[in-house]
Amino acid sequence: MAVVVILVLLAAGSVLFHLLSPWWWTPIASNWNYIDNTLIITFWITGFVFVAVVLFTAYCVFRFRHRPGNQAAYEPENKRLEGWLAVSTTVGVIAMLAPGLFVWNQFITVPAAATEVEVVGQQWLWSFRLPGKDGKLGTSETRDVAPENTLGLNRNDAATLDDVIIEGGELHLPVGKPVKVLLRSVDVLHDFYVPEFRAKMDMVPGMVTYFWLTPTRTGTFEILCAELCGTGHPQMRGTVVVDSEADYQTWLAEQQTFSQLTASSGDSPRAVAADASSVQ
Amino acid sequence: MVDVRSGIGEAVPPAEVEDVELYHPHSWWTRYVFSQDAKVIAIQYATTAIAIGMVALVLSWLMRLQLGFPGTFDFIDADRYYQFITMHGMIMVIYLLTALFLGGFGNYLIPLMVGARDMVFPYANMLSYWIYLIAVLVLVASFFAPGGPTGAGWTLYPPQAILSNTPGGKDWGIILMLSSLIIFIIGFTMGGLNYVVTVLQGRARGMTLMRMPLTVWGIVTATVMALLAFPALFVACVMMLFDRLLGTSFFMPAISEMGEQLQYGGGSPILFQHLFWFFGHPEVYIVALPAFGIVSDLISTHARKNIFGYRMMVWAIVIIGALSMVVWAHHMYVSGMNPYFGFFFATTTLIIAVPTAIKVYNWVLTLWRGDIHLTLPMLFALAFIVTFVNGGLTGLFLGNVVVDVPLSDTMFVVAHFHMVMGVAPILVIFGAIYHWYPKITGRMLNEALGQVHFWTTFLGSYAIFFPMHYVGLVGVPRRYYELGETAFVPESVHSLNAFISVAALVVGAAQIVFLFNLVWSLRHGRDAGGNPWRATTLEWQTPETPPPHGNWGKELPVVYRWAYDYSVPGAPEDFIPQNQPGPGRVTHEAVS
Repeated sequence: MAVVVILVLLAAGSVLFHLLSPWWWTPIASNWNYIDNTLIITFWITGFVFVAVVLFTAYCVFRFRHRPGNQAAYEPENKRLEGWLAVSTTVGVIAMLAPGLFVWNQFITVPAAATEVEVVGQQWLWSFRLPGKDGKLGTSETRDVAPENTLGLNRNDAATLDDVIIEGGELHLPVGKPVKVLLRSVDVLHDFYVPEFRAKMDMVPGMVTYFWLTPTRTGTFEILCAELCGTGHPQMRGTVVVDSEADYQTWLAEQQTFSQLTASSGDSPRAVAADASSVQ
Repeated sequence: MVDVRSGIGEAVPPAEVEDVELYHPHSWWTRYVFSQDAKVIAIQYATTAIAIGMVALVLSWLMRLQLGFPGTFDFIDADRYYQFITMHGMIMVIYLLTALFLGGFGNYLIPLMVGARDMVFPYANMLSYWIYLIAVLVLVASFFAPGGPTGAGWTLYPPQAILSNTPGGKDWGIILMLSSLIIFIIGFTMGGLNYVVTVLQGRARGMTLMRMPLTVWGIVTATVMALLAFPALFVACVMMLFDRLLGTSFFMPAISEMGEQLQYGGGSPILFQHLFWFFGHPEVYIVALPAFGIVSDLISTHARKNIFGYRMMVWAIVIIGALSMVVWAHHMYVSGMNPYFGFFFATTTLIIAVPTAIKVYNWVLTLWRGDIHLTLPMLFALAFIVTFVNGGLTGLFLGNVVVDVPLSDTMFVVAHFHMVMGVAPILVIFGAIYHWYPKITGRMLNEALGQVHFWTTFLGSYAIFFPMHYVGLVGVPRRYYELGETAFVPESVHSLNAFISVAALVVGAAQIVFLFNLVWSLRHGRDAGGNPWRATTLEWQTPETPPPHGNWGKELPVVYRWAYDYSVPGAPEDFIPQNQPGPGRVTHEAVS
């Protein structure tokens, strides 16, 4: 009988924990509240099923526990019941999958108006690159990574020269404008993870991955790495600041372009950072 | 459609082959050490698996100490922490769960349950165990190698797995890990072919496939999947070894490591992930399906009721097995693979929920109108239902591609897979050991110790993993040696982590009670008799307990009915063994 009480308490306790615990996701700062909504639908459906199964199990144990003289029923199959359960489960699954796939389609369809931003990961720091006046990011190659060119940018590509490089600093994004985040790594797997944005994606050396978002509120958010990248993995942090348009333009004007950086190469902050990290 | 119940009016077919003479051991060595008896091999497998499992348990303690009380234990640095989590994961998934379910329970139960004298290839079966032992020893050797074991995470993702900023990446760790996996797979293949051929060819007369206990269905389907899935891991390991030792670039693109250009180029890290998960997802069901099968038999026996919807249960196992081969990339939604794959893999993944849910319904419907004996195996089965349903349902979050995006690589994932393929199958393993220990040793396990073990393990693991989902929901990533100061993580999460760690220490300690019980009951357990649970399946009908080499004495059993004739109306007892002739429903006066 103890088991009946404990099963009921466990179901009730789980629901109460869910409703009362202070642990919930961070306030969202992007357009992906669809993801949160799908997650909440899933919580409701799965929570209902969990409580129903546990309580039914508890009831069975209570009602049909062994007492002298009891005999179990003999019922090998019940096609009607089995069919009915299969169909209702399928309906529940569709209720979760359909909104999921609908939102996924939005997730992978980048709006034409999105501006590109590049994030480059390497053990264990974040760098960023914005297209310059021409609105285009120049090409890059891991083979070209060198102390004076830590992002491996192609010097012979005209589009590269005006690219804005942010080395070891903060990434700023304008609020309310869709951004396509291009992700690149020069060494191992990383993952650009800002919990408030909900969206995240691995960075894979040898290829460029992406996701998109529209920041919906201003603020400063922490960037973490979410894919194990060696012993320094937890220390790979960065900052993204979502600005109003005016603040963003002010900040952008202070940043250096690739050609400005190479002109003063040797003492660029990024090269110093790379030297320091290679000593570790 | 064949009547699954009792095969009324169905003649037992004649034997297709003569009973063959078994290899007879001539010395103590060939009887107990280099034994070809599947039951001895099973015990060897199980003992080795539990021994290495204890190493994994201690590793989990160490990692929880670090997560619960960061900075308190000087000897746990980042390198060691990553080595602990990597070895814990790999040992639990491969060397404990796979080896114990297939090598342990598979070897013990398949021949007995299908009415065979032994596996069909006893010599290969023996080799299978010894090769497995070598794999374990190679794995253990990496703890003592220069640089220690690999700390690449149990998924061993390149490029970091073979580079210098990962523990063991440029030392022996990763080489020994990959070698051990290769050896394991060679050994497993020898055992696995045995299990499948024995089920297909070695069954007793009258044991049709649709009369087999679900335990056998679960184990054999899992084995077929393993035979299909492990080769992907095998080639992935060989290719990574080449990358590490010979300088090939299967998985290695051009890399600039800490400002230095490496001599790699052109390879694909994502290729490894596809190969790994082509193995890794079926692996989940390689562990789950034997648990599904075994728990079905535990519930049926201890509720004194036939398993509800037997045919549906068999088909659900087969369909889950087949579908699980085409869902692997749901582990890779944020890996950078072509995003359109997401539609396909989310759909296949959620379809699996339907046959899986049917299994859950049929377990609880077996309890309905049963005669439930709250024995230890039944308690563990009930705990399995709770934890499996919990872990299975959170799988619907992670399988549903867009919901996975914020949750992937967080502690939510860790909580989910521990609940569904750690806690739930291990509860079944415990239930199964309490259930079959009397057949293996002739003695019952101690009930009081068992109760202590059960309640601490069940409630303790729930207290570990249920709250852990919410740590992930907050956004805490997995595989963080230390969280440090992180703005979005409230202080209370650290308290919760400390609570989880304490619960983990307690649950770990409860396993010592269990091990003590296993040893103590060997001598002091209550005498069990041949069939203490009054079960129908063939292993309980052996002439001697524990069954000797050859299992059945002079005559092989003949099977007349399915495995679930419990509480048949009109029958003199509430169970009818599979080898007892006569109709299932006795309409005339009960026969004595």
